[in-house]
Amino acid sequence: MRALSPLRGLLMAAGLSALATGAFTTGALAAEQPGLEHYPSLDWHFEGIFGTYERASLQRGFQVYNEVCAACHGLDLLAYRNLEAIGFSPEEVKAIAAGHRVEDGPDDAGDMFERPATPADRFRSPFANAKQAAAANGGAAPPDLSLVAKRTEYGPDYTYALLTGYEETPPYAWSQENSLLPGQYFNKYRGAISMAPPLTEDLIEYSDGTGATVHQMAYDVSNFLMWAAEPHMEERKQTGIKAILFLLVFTVILYAVKRKIWAKLH
Amino acid sequence: MASNGTAPGSKLVKWIDHRLPIFTFMRHETHEYPTPRNLSYWWNFGSLAGIVLVIMIATGLVLAMQYAPHKDLAFDSVERIMRDVNGGWLLRYIHMNGASFFFIVVYIHIFRGLYYGSYKPPREILWLLGVLILLLMMGTAFMGYVLPWGQMSLWGATVITNLFSAIPLVGESIVEWLWGGFSVDNPTLNRFFVFHFLLPFVIVAVVFLHLWALHRFGSNNPLGIDAKGPQDKIPFHPYYTVKDAFGLGVFLIVFAAVVSFAPNFMGHPDNYIPANPLVTPPHIVPEWYFLPFYAMLRAVDFDIAIPFTGIVIIEAKLGGVLVMFGSIALLALLPWLDRSPVRSGRFRPVFKWFFWVFALDCVILGYCGSQPAEGGWIVAAQIATLWYFLHFLAILPLLSILERPKPLPASIGEPVLKGGGTLAGAAAKPMEKA
Repeated sequence: MRALSPLRGLLMAAGLSALATGAFTTGALAAEQPGLEHYPSLDWHFEGIFGTYERASLQRGFQVYNEVCAACHGLDLLAYRNLEAIGFSPEEVKAIAAGHRVEDGPDDAGDMFERPATPADRFRSPFANAKQAAAANGGAAPPDLSLVAKRTEYGPDYTYALLTGYEETPPYAWSQENSLLPGQYFNKYRGAISMAPPLTEDLIEYSDGTGATVHQMAYDVSNFLMWAAEPHMEERKQTGIKAILFLLVFTVILYAVKRKIWAKLH
Repeated sequence: MASNGTAPGSKLVKWIDHRLPIFTFMRHETHEYPTPRNLSYWWNFGSLAGIVLVIMIATGLVLAMQYAPHKDLAFDSVERIMRDVNGGWLLRYIHMNGASFFFIVVYIHIFRGLYYGSYKPPREILWLLGVLILLLMMGTAFMGYVLPWGQMSLWGATVITNLFSAIPLVGESIVEWLWGGFSVDNPTLNRFFVFHFLLPFVIVAVVFLHLWALHRFGSNNPLGIDAKGPQDKIPFHPYYTVKDAFGLGVFLIVFAAVVSFAPNFMGHPDNYIPANPLVTPPHIVPEWYFLPFYAMLRAVDFDIAIPFTGIVIIEAKLGGVLVMFGSIALLALLPWLDRSPVRSGRFRPVFKWFFWVFALDCVILGYCGSQPAEGGWIVAAQIATLWYFLHFLAILPLLSILERPKPLPASIGEPVLKGGGTLAGAAAKPMEKA
């Protein structure tokens, strides 16, 4: 996440940078295969210590997830009620939930039954289990997306890159050492990938009328998935600012008290 | 500063104190406790470490009420804490980053002791207890990192527990005994949770011994000389309580900034992928505070054999484990390796340089530990490991004999009261033993 640079300064001020920097170097995937491009670094609205999520983009991102990604990818850690946090009204959330059917039971007769989902239900997974997901997708189960924005060092740039990086033909340098297996596609940031290009221009019709370009959809859904991975980020940053303001005042006072008390000694 | 033997206060306090002199004890050890008047801010980190320990136990206790130590539930229960438990994200991020800050604080505390010779007589047992605390912290932190049951949890645990298989003859049995099975699995997670919960309280007990040993002779100080009389000491309260409180404020600002604005900065993203025994991550890397030791572990990539016979005495794996544990054993032996009678690095012109080279060496080891174990990184780690051992086994013992220390000041009060200028009347004389 991009809130790092002021923080690095702080750590350095405390003389800790040497201790801190060693830990974050992981092999950059892009650099390992020739001919691939480095992951792009977008400007996200939630970056920085005052950053907040763009509600409109989150809602559009949910629409992209719901109409495109959800065909293959689960979002197991979220419940429909969570959508109220991104600006949907309780009635809208009820309607969204009711659009999905979930299994419940056993009922009084001991049978499982299906019913429309309620806001309290977790997002319905597209597949019953990982085996079924793998079987339906050529052997590779599509990963759950609940934490996708936090599980690589690239954050939401990762999903944006995957969604926008498809190319018809791999560059020559890449093909020298790598090849596509049947059912694989080429992505200029990742190399071979089993997911078919999910986004095309005007694939969906945004309910707020925004033009559904590939960039727009990828940007919105990456925003949405960042929120899905870190739903309390705004609260965290705002709490932090208040805590630090308090601590600054408190620490300055303590310093004054310290000076006063120690003055007696000198 | 002299105690009159009874605590002031109400009749009730006096009644209790007569039967259990706890108020007298508190007054004696936290108020009147005579402390050198010249302690620098480097002396803040001991009490800071104590406070971080309390923060870790307090947050950990509440997290444990919501956490489920079962391989099918652990990952989701942590995410439930992050999402649905009131304030859970804050508790969890404080606890997760608190581990890193605990090590930052303790490492500074240790290096302060190294520079100012705080391990020297009569504080050897104080130092040994500190090394024991470090070991307990490492065990606790390692097992805590396993609990979220992400990819790094599982594979880090697999790599580290497998180290014990290097022990000849019984190694494999020991590893299975540690695991409670044939791989890192649910029984392992369960027992790690139990020990992760237990060990902090063991640390508290050792911290008390550490403080007891500290209060026997009092703190060392930047000059490394003993107090000559009451003019060299000041009561702990209010002087150091307020100084420690100010230091705590500064610490909390940095801590709050990391927790609020970059809580995953010091973690590994792979641990947000649920543990999967069938998929090994490309680079298995421990948390940053273990990296120097991890580098030493991997630096031994060769068997040690009798020349020309091919008989292997120590396999590379066992060699690495011995080197890693040896690096901590050397810390424990330090009071008997550095025999120079001068404590403070200020008056040791040669030692001072080697101290900073050693500190740099530890940072280099940490960086090597974060890189893939191949090519130049292995060679760099080998050189740095060699230097680590040379520092303890050759440089410090030799400096004890060869180095000519600078003249020591006559007393603590003198340079402090005279503004730390010329050390009048200071002659090159051996430090007095307490």
